[in-house]
Amino acid sequence: MAMLEVKGLQVYYGVIQALKDISFEVNQGEVIALIGANGAGKTTTLHTLTGLLPAKQGSIVFEGKDITKMPAHKIVEMGIAHVPEGRRVFSQLSVYENLIMGAFTRKDKKEIAENLENVYKRFPRLQERKNQRAGTLSGGEQQMLAMGRALMSNPKMIVMDEPSMGLSPIFVNEIFDIIEKVSASGTTVLLVEQNAKKALSIADRAYVLETGNIVLSGDAKELMNDDSIKKAYLGE
Amino acid sequence: MSFVQFLINGISLGSVYAIIALGYTMVYGIAKMLNFAHGDVIMIGAYTVLTLLTGAGVNPWLAVLIGMVTCTVLGITIEKIAYRPLRNASSSLAVLITAIGVSYFLQNIALLIFGADTKSFINIITLPPVSLAEGQIVLTGTTTVTIIACIIIMTGLTLFVNKTKPGRAMKAVSEDRGAAQLMGVNVNATISLTFAIGSGLAAIAGVLLCSAYPSLTPYTGAMPGIKAFVAAVFGGIGSIPGAMVGGILLGIIEILGKAYISSQVADAIVFAVLIIVLLVKPTGLFGKNIQEKV
Ligand SMILES: Nc1ncnc2c1ncn2[C@@H]1O[C@H](COP(=O)(O)OP(=O)(O)O)[C@@H](O)[C@H]1O
Ligand SMILES: [Mg+2]
Repeated sequence: MAMLEVKGLQVYYGVIQALKDISFEVNQGEVIALIGANGAGKTTTLHTLTGLLPAKQGSIVFEGKDITKMPAHKIVEMGIAHVPEGRRVFSQLSVYENLIMGAFTRKDKKEIAENLENVYKRFPRLQERKNQRAGTLSGGEQQMLAMGRALMSNPKMIVMDEPSMGLSPIFVNEIFDIIEKVSASGTTVLLVEQNAKKALSIADRAYVLETGNIVLSGDAKELMNDDSIKKAYLGE
Repeated sequence: MSFVQFLINGISLGSVYAIIALGYTMVYGIAKMLNFAHGDVIMIGAYTVLTLLTGAGVNPWLAVLIGMVTCTVLGITIEKIAYRPLRNASSSLAVLITAIGVSYFLQNIALLIFGADTKSFINIITLPPVSLAEGQIVLTGTTTVTIIACIIIMTGLTLFVNKTKPGRAMKAVSEDRGAAQLMGVNVNATISLTFAIGSGLAAIAGVLLCSAYPSLTPYTGAMPGIKAFVAAVFGGIGSIPGAMVGGILLGIIEILGKAYISSQVADAIVFAVLIIVLLVKPTGLFGKNIQEKV
């Protein structure tokens, strides 16, 4: 059985249907990419998965447990951490306080301290700026903070929404390096990206979304060579 | 009376406004709503304490404690029954109208239970007055206790918000509710806690207010409630130090206005100052500049 099984998801904003029929699976240890044009429903899918939006139809099962109706703050405890679109760090809090917020569901002080040390090791810039207000960081640094904050909960699965959006090429490469390292350390990754080329290059498998439906799925390397994908998403 | 004496009286009244304004500002910051029933919670607190004192002869400290618990429970209940169902309402006007409705509801409940006649509050503050400058300046026991209470509450609340886990959760919810949920913060519980704290403080404000101005009617909370709201906006709504500074400045302006200009137009002066401040700095004295997100 897959670690995450999403079946027949339908989601509405008022009367407007944003997700029509979304089904996908994520296996333990995989890097899965969700790609698709702006407005396809990627963010909506992730928000529904982590409990910020209610599903009208369909089910979400994580490690055998139905979490479709579970409130967001309980889903974190299940082991899913969400790095939201636009980073959404707490700009008035310091870098350190943001990271501590990431460990909100953790009780063990020693474990939190260890996590913090690991995050600082992974993102030395965050340690340098730990007392700085998050709002004063650059976009790339905020993205690192958002990722570090998510890792503070020791997640089994990390869900990332457009981590490379608006970043300079140097930062984009750095962020993708980090995603690969996070994956190598055993965390399952679900990655939403408009930068399809980059996403497919590090993913095991991928799903393509179009106006609320999954229209294509398969092995990431194969999708990279698919003509329709090349034309629509890779700009070739 | 001397200027310094008026100033002290102003700080004392302003301290009460500050304590009430804290409730307004915290609820606004975290639940993003104006709880216009907040002033009436003060009145309920004062009636509760007075009833315990005169009707049951309860020890004053215990009476205040029970008053705080009563208001805390009342605040949590109001939020749960009246405001929570509207949390995701598309119009914030619905919440505002509900809050005004709750305010009238509380006033009418008080009318029903305690009657419309003015009750005279028993001052439970037994601290003796202090004379300074050869009797030129008098610090009544009530003044001293009010100012000290305000300082303790401010300090305690600032420490709570900055140094404790539930406090940090409040800051996180106030900035980005969705992101706070993704961290594992229970938003409903956090909002309940905010109402609990604000309402508990309202009980203290009620006792302090009625100790200084000992006449109690079902409408006693309304005007101080509005002024505290003004103080919160004045200081920058959502900001805890803003509520403190806004409240004290408002008290000083009101008392000085009454003393040197006219007691009839003192309230008008208060609102005029608010308008001027908001024209110059729309976010209030301590208002955060909302940063553009990149
Ligand atoms: N808060 C909202 N209210 C109404 N419609 C929305 C809202 N957010 C997104 N949508 C609509 O839902 C669809 C999917 O959006 P989204 O999930 O953000 O797409 P993506 O992340 O793939 O760019 C779009 O048509 C978008 O306009
Ligand atoms: Mg999106």
